[in-house]
Amino acid sequence: MNDMTPIATTLKDWETDQEVRWCPGCGDYAILKAVQRTLPMVGADPKNTVFVSGIGCSSRFPYYIESYGFHTIHGRAPAFATGIKLANPDLDVWLVTGDGDGMSIGGNHTMHVLRRNVNCQIMLFNNEIYGLTKGQYSPTSRIGTSSPTSPIGSVDRPALPCAFALGAGARFVARGYDVSKDLPEVLKAAYEHQGAAFVEIFQNCIVYNKDRFDDFVAKAVAADNQIWVRQGEPLLFAKETKGLALDMDTLSLKVVDVVDGDWQAAGVAVHNVRNRGLAHMLVEMPFGPFPMALGVIYDDPAPTFESAVIEERAKLVAGKTADLGKLLGKGQTWTVAEKPEAG
Amino acid sequence: MMATVLSDQGPSNEKASQHDASQQNGSVEAVVVRFAGDSGDGMQLTGGQFTLSTALAGNDLATFPDFPAEIRAPQGTLFGVSAFQINFGSSEITTAGDAPDVLVAMNPAALKTNVQALKPGGLIVIDTGEFNKRNLEKAKYEANPVEDGSLAKWDVLAFDISALTLEAVKPFGLGNKEALRCKNMWTLGLALWMFDRDRQPLVDWLKAKFAKNPVLADANIAALNAGHAYGETAELAGPLRKLHIDPVPSEPGLYRTITGAEAVSLGLVAGAQLAGLPMFFGGYPITPASAILHNLVKMKEFGVTTFQAEDEIAAICAAIGASYAGHLGVTSSSGPGIALKGEAMGLAIMTELPLVIVNSQRGGPSTGLPTKTEQSDLYQAVYGRNGDAPMPVIAACSPADAFECAIEACRIATSFMTPVILLTDGYIGNASEPWKVPDPATFTPFPVAFLEDSNDPEGKVLPFRRDERGVRPWIKPGTPGLMHRIGGIEKAVDTGNIDYAPNVHQAQTDARKAKIDGVAKAIPAQQVCLGNATGKLVVVGWGSTFGPIHQAVRRARKKGQDVSHIHVRHVWPLPENLGALLKGFEHVLVPEMNTGQFKTVLRDQFLIDAVPLAKTSGQPFAIAELEQAIGRFFDGIPENEGGEVPVNESQLPAPEIEQP
Repeated sequence: MNDMTPIATTLKDWETDQEVRWCPGCGDYAILKAVQRTLPMVGADPKNTVFVSGIGCSSRFPYYIESYGFHTIHGRAPAFATGIKLANPDLDVWLVTGDGDGMSIGGNHTMHVLRRNVNCQIMLFNNEIYGLTKGQYSPTSRIGTSSPTSPIGSVDRPALPCAFALGAGARFVARGYDVSKDLPEVLKAAYEHQGAAFVEIFQNCIVYNKDRFDDFVAKAVAADNQIWVRQGEPLLFAKETKGLALDMDTLSLKVVDVVDGDWQAAGVAVHNVRNRGLAHMLVEMPFGPFPMALGVIYDDPAPTFESAVIEERAKLVAGKTADLGKLLGKGQTWTVAEKPEAG
Repeated sequence: MMATVLSDQGPSNEKASQHDASQQNGSVEAVVVRFAGDSGDGMQLTGGQFTLSTALAGNDLATFPDFPAEIRAPQGTLFGVSAFQINFGSSEITTAGDAPDVLVAMNPAALKTNVQALKPGGLIVIDTGEFNKRNLEKAKYEANPVEDGSLAKWDVLAFDISALTLEAVKPFGLGNKEALRCKNMWTLGLALWMFDRDRQPLVDWLKAKFAKNPVLADANIAALNAGHAYGETAELAGPLRKLHIDPVPSEPGLYRTITGAEAVSLGLVAGAQLAGLPMFFGGYPITPASAILHNLVKMKEFGVTTFQAEDEIAAICAAIGASYAGHLGVTSSSGPGIALKGEAMGLAIMTELPLVIVNSQRGGPSTGLPTKTEQSDLYQAVYGRNGDAPMPVIAACSPADAFECAIEACRIATSFMTPVILLTDGYIGNASEPWKVPDPATFTPFPVAFLEDSNDPEGKVLPFRRDERGVRPWIKPGTPGLMHRIGGIEKAVDTGNIDYAPNVHQAQTDARKAKIDGVAKAIPAQQVCLGNATGKLVVVGWGSTFGPIHQAVRRARKKGQDVSHIHVRHVWPLPENLGALLKGFEHVLVPEMNTGQFKTVLRDQFLIDAVPLAKTSGQPFAIAELEQAIGRFFDGIPENEGGEVPVNESQLPAPEIEQP
């Protein structure tokens, strides 16, 4: 067993001597800082921390964190992480992936790491574009995204990463964005969740999809177009002048006006991170008519895959001893005597 | 009700001479028996139990199970036939035998698909209870072959096994369907009588198998005894006779039968133990490799973790992740799955992590022949990755050999920090043979040492600092002070930091190659397994062709032909002395169940004129085919050597018959 007591570190302790090679102004820099702020907050131990990534701009991440790191192959980071956690459940494993890596080529693995509930943090950097391969539209690109492979605009419908995660059985779903001051709080909650914690982080690709999220990230519109959900608190936004209420006729969310702060009168719902139905509605409500839901949307822990595997093993090996000689000679055997008996 | 139909043809001269030759001194040297029936008839079970009783009788043996790809092929159809062949005798047996001496055909379809394989004068046992109009039609017989004289060149023993079985199990009150399921035990009882085998182990086995349902156990035992008694008491003239085969004098010790899949599983467990490591096995169901995962699930007390992944890629990636975290990562599959794992193998090569990849080869390309055998993944194993991606490749030659090969794969993987491919095939995986149970105390351990302290004079960690063999240290996450990053991008010497400068890629490409080339220094020198170390002809084989090549070379040498047999276990890198050894022969013949893949490797590595002998029908080589191929080097006719072996209609797997 590794020593699991919280370790006192500073942001500096998590910086490597490697030159960071993202484009100047890339949202990844902000996310890197947010992670380096989070790790001391949660008392993480560099020697027991492993960052695992696939391929893409985001996947360079492990090289910039002073811990153990494994930069693997395109889309497969969840499978490597699963092997690492089964081999040593005491390690803190963080997955770094992107919309192409995690939703396209690695969509299958994202689904299975979530449904199995491997205890790790999954950060999906969503910039709605393939950056490293020079700007092709991605599975999260909105319809009409112009790119080298979609010169008159993409025609395929985008995937919703958080809805996908819930559909796959995720027990923790959260959202944030690169420059948000609240991102470390979200990552902290993900870290503290026992099981697979899925965090979609909107990230600005300064070169190929610049300011794509400005309709809710830009300062001027942020208050009106973001709703930060918090456990036990009413679903309010636009400086508490608006809220989300349940429309009993359609069994869906609706935006209601809140007068004089009386959210109860307006019928505004209270956020409950264990309410899966609410989580589905929050991640799927269309942006525009609705604000963008951010924060910890769903957090309802269930037994982790590793613990289930350990339990299964205990049952399978109960009463057995590891005697190799016995194992080799198992089944129906016969002995040939020194001198073969006459037939 | 006993519808016994005996062959009404008197023995032809051909038959008589056959019997004379095979039964000198009242006993025969070796007999090949094939059980064939509907895939629901329990033929694999019958064959398996006959194998066990044969081994218990002290005969050496080899088996060949052949079953359809369909789980429940329609009953009575030609493509639903399942067969099991066993070759047993009083001298060393290395193949499942060429043509059978005895065919047990449980229905018309089984007869039709297998009868052409039978030696002239061979014995056919037929269940006439199944030779009704409907089954004859399904098998596309226009007339009943038992009655129309078309089986004249064989001895036929036809009687209503179905009715005899029903009669035997009557006291147990089973339903008709359940009662008929005991047919295979009745037949087995008869076979045991014919070859003078003890029934007791079978009785014990049935009691254990049906411990929860003693009535079924008793019914099956009654059927077994009835079949045996039928042979014992039936006053039958003609073909039904008791044969005794002398036991083979074998080394004293404890024996069991073992299939290749069992041997690989046990070898992996032993290998991990010898390395002092827990083992992580990532697998995804695929024929014929799944059996390894099935076996390992039951061996978790040896520190084995099994993981049934979502796909082949996840299976290998999880295994690499586990290796990174300090376990011995293992994955297994068959050709199509190995193809999917290719990119991850490259990562294991690039990050220099130990990993064992087992490929139970089957016929390809694509889905190919899922349940049949071929050894056509050699190029894939040796060359089949992007970039310069060298990896050691080992091939097992038999079920028992697969045990040692699996240990060898674990040894090379851990001591050289490299993925290793272990090649077996569908034939090795499913076939069984007697195995002298080894004593673990005789194994040489190869304990792994993880890096625990800085390997850098400046106190940092150098994950890619190589030792004198070019091997980097293995560092487990969780080790204090040794945090570092690894990945698939080209890296600087020593530090492993991302660096793809021209001189760096050159240096690292050379270092990866030199390390794998160096494995040749850590493997045994190549031996000649039969014949002289120089001469006119050497037959070079790898993998499961060992048995037929060995027998063919033995027979050729008896005829006075100057031929030797070399069997190569280490396919990559090749043993250091192999080139010089091959150059000591005038001719090199390379029989393979592919179009000549190892031949290409030998030509490339040693600039020798290796002659291919290809067989790509999904069937193993018959000894006779190889004998002929060897003979062509001694017949004085120029330019007739090597080439392609034609499809053999008399061999398992039986040729596919047109489906309706």
